[in-house]
Amino acid sequence: MIRFFSTSSIRRRLVIQLSVMAALLSIVFFLVVRTVAEQAAADTQDNILSASATSIADALYSERGMVRVELPYSALSMLGTISEDRVFYRIVADGETVTGYDDLQVPKTSRRGRGSQFATSQYRGEEVRVVSLARVVSNGDRGADVRIIVAQTRRGLAAISSQITTTAMAVAIGFFLMATALSVLAAQSAVAPLKRLALSVTRRGPKDLRAVVTKTPGELVPLVDALNNFMLRLRASLTRSEEFIAEAAHRVRTPLATVRTQAEVVHRQMEKPENRKALREMIRAVDESSRSAGQLLDHAMVTFRTDQLEKVEVDLVELAADLCERLQPTAELKDIDIQKHLPNAKATILGDPILLQNAARNVLDNAIKYSSAESSIEVRVIQKSDGIELKVIDQGRGFGDADLRKLTGRFSRGNNVDDVVGSGLGLTIVDEVLRVHNGTLSIEPNEKGEGACVTLFFKQS
Amino acid sequence: MRHFILQTVLAVFLIGIVPSFAFEIEEQKAYDGLTGGRQLAILSTADVDVFEPIIRAFQIQNPKVDITYVTSGSTNVMKAIYEEAAQFDLVISSAMDLQTKLANDGFAMEHTSEKVASLPVWAKWRNQIFGFTQEPAVMVISESAFGDLEVPRTRQELIELLRDNPETFKGKVGTYDVRSSGLGYLFATQDSRNTESFWRLTEVMGRLDAQLYCCSGGMIADVASGKLALAYNVLGSYAESQLAGTDGLRIVPLDDFVGVMLRTALIPKGAKNSSDAGKMIDFLAEFGANTNLPALTGLPPISENAEELGTVLRPIKLGPGLLVFLDKQRRETFLRSWTSSIKQ
Repeated sequence: MIRFFSTSSIRRRLVIQLSVMAALLSIVFFLVVRTVAEQAAADTQDNILSASATSIADALYSERGMVRVELPYSALSMLGTISEDRVFYRIVADGETVTGYDDLQVPKTSRRGRGSQFATSQYRGEEVRVVSLARVVSNGDRGADVRIIVAQTRRGLAAISSQITTTAMAVAIGFFLMATALSVLAAQSAVAPLKRLALSVTRRGPKDLRAVVTKTPGELVPLVDALNNFMLRLRASLTRSEEFIAEAAHRVRTPLATVRTQAEVVHRQMEKPENRKALREMIRAVDESSRSAGQLLDHAMVTFRTDQLEKVEVDLVELAADLCERLQPTAELKDIDIQKHLPNAKATILGDPILLQNAARNVLDNAIKYSSAESSIEVRVIQKSDGIELKVIDQGRGFGDADLRKLTGRFSRGNNVDDVVGSGLGLTIVDEVLRVHNGTLSIEPNEKGEGACVTLFFKQS
Repeated sequence: MRHFILQTVLAVFLIGIVPSFAFEIEEQKAYDGLTGGRQLAILSTADVDVFEPIIRAFQIQNPKVDITYVTSGSTNVMKAIYEEAAQFDLVISSAMDLQTKLANDGFAMEHTSEKVASLPVWAKWRNQIFGFTQEPAVMVISESAFGDLEVPRTRQELIELLRDNPETFKGKVGTYDVRSSGLGYLFATQDSRNTESFWRLTEVMGRLDAQLYCCSGGMIADVASGKLALAYNVLGSYAESQLAGTDGLRIVPLDDFVGVMLRTALIPKGAKNSSDAGKMIDFLAEFGANTNLPALTGLPPISENAEELGTVLRPIKLGPGLLVFLDKQRRETFLRSWTSSIKQ
């Protein structure tokens, strides 16, 4: 039970506890109402019996030394008004029956008194309520002890009692059902802030580590504070590690540039072909490291900027044109022709220009890198009805059948790229940038033959 | 024809085997059902010819029931059941008080059905006694004896009339002998409850040397023959059926109040055929609704709104109140007062 309570939902616990309480209260209510009402019904019968006996007592008189009674009509008829119960009576004077049912037992009473005394007994095969009233009738020179006994069966009482039981039961059940329904509502409203909090935390992006500001009731404030505190520390720790990576990359890149320059100088002076080959290998390795460090820096920058995204209007047409111009020299080295298909009108979205540029550059850079010499690359910006597409279509080797989700993971590369320098961070950066801009990245094979078509789609709202 | 003879023979045979009773019976008749087979013994205060149409109609619906109909006075009927435990399946009586006592003292069986459930509450008690007629107590007068005298509308006027015209009414006033007639006793005791003038009226009648009768029939016949000028507290139903062919008789319901008696049926404990007795009670419960029996028998059926008529009609209430005048001492004192008033 304890284990059950510690793991089951707060709502269910509340509902069960409140329902159990409601059930207990209903039962108590039922018992109290029934007891009180039955007592009241029994008292009613006793009162009428008592009134009947009293009116008979008032009709006692003595005549020639004999106790007599002129039974009043109302004495018995009043007993017929509350129910259709059988009525018996007996009047005894000094042990002798004056009138009535001879075999009706005179109830034994503990004390002598003028008041009515009640008892429940059996008579003629039925349970009867008996009232007994003692009177002294002056009879010549002495007083006669007279006992008036009036009895009535209790069928009417039983009927009333069963009716009361039914009503009380119905009310108690109704009360229980209502209370249970209300307890469900109460439980729901009690856990609503928790749900709200959970929802506001769940709805966040994976990088959103801002403090939770949802309004919460007092009981939840410590939890929210703890959560916020935790997120603050997490964020600090993440920032620190990103900073560390950036710092490390930066520190590595600068000396690498020096190493490369020096290697090139030496390369030119070398004459033995095997030495020149070794140096070329070295330069290539340095390039690879330098590029990786550059991308790590880029990635750190992207992470940082996406955390504190500032959105301004960015014209994707201008961005694409600018980018093509910047990468023209690199393309020319491999005799690659970049064909721009840009619309005349502006195509603006809201975003961080540096991030967007970085993403686009990574895509185009990849295209140049993996294309063979003397091929061409198309760069298109297309205004769609619901957004803008930036397409880079190359005639390179494509992505094979690799999984897009895997490709965008950190340090993951396609399975056909062993001979090209790469860090595996390019598509990760693109994907992250697109994510914070509400965009999507899709990679398809080039429809016109060899190569791939990378599409960055930005939704315009 | 052959069938008819067979039935007659059977009827005679059946009368032969009906056991003789310790109490005094007035009349006994057997009615065979069309197919017969089940015996239903009825003990009743209603005359054979009054009740016969009901028995016939019942047997049309229930051809398997052979009915033995025994009549007796209401006191004897009571005694038969209460003291002698006589074997009957149904007891029909005009003495509501005695029927109530039977039920109260545990001599009646309960009967429930849809038909008795639809009876008005005042027409039944404990689902043991069921009223099926409501019969007013009326005054019957001989128009020729009255001559120019104004017909009284209330008991007060009646007292004045009798007091002012002793020569006209001397020896010509009839009423029940309440000592021998259960119904007379019932009407008289209820009168004594309802009006203060009852005792004065009794005294006035006593002074006029009132004639005392056991039954309504005798009184009505004597009014018709001119022997009586006036009969007080006559069963209205009997008067009406007997007046039909007689001129010069008039039924006068008094305006101050009219006591109304219910003819009631009950199934005594120990009834051998309580199921058919129950059927008969159901049949009686709606006997006014679906047949021409009220006209044939002259018995007025229960009417739902009898109580609403209110001020004038006073149906005698079933219930323990009726036991009061059956009390030994109360009866003694009542009869003593009544006798000293009527015998002067």
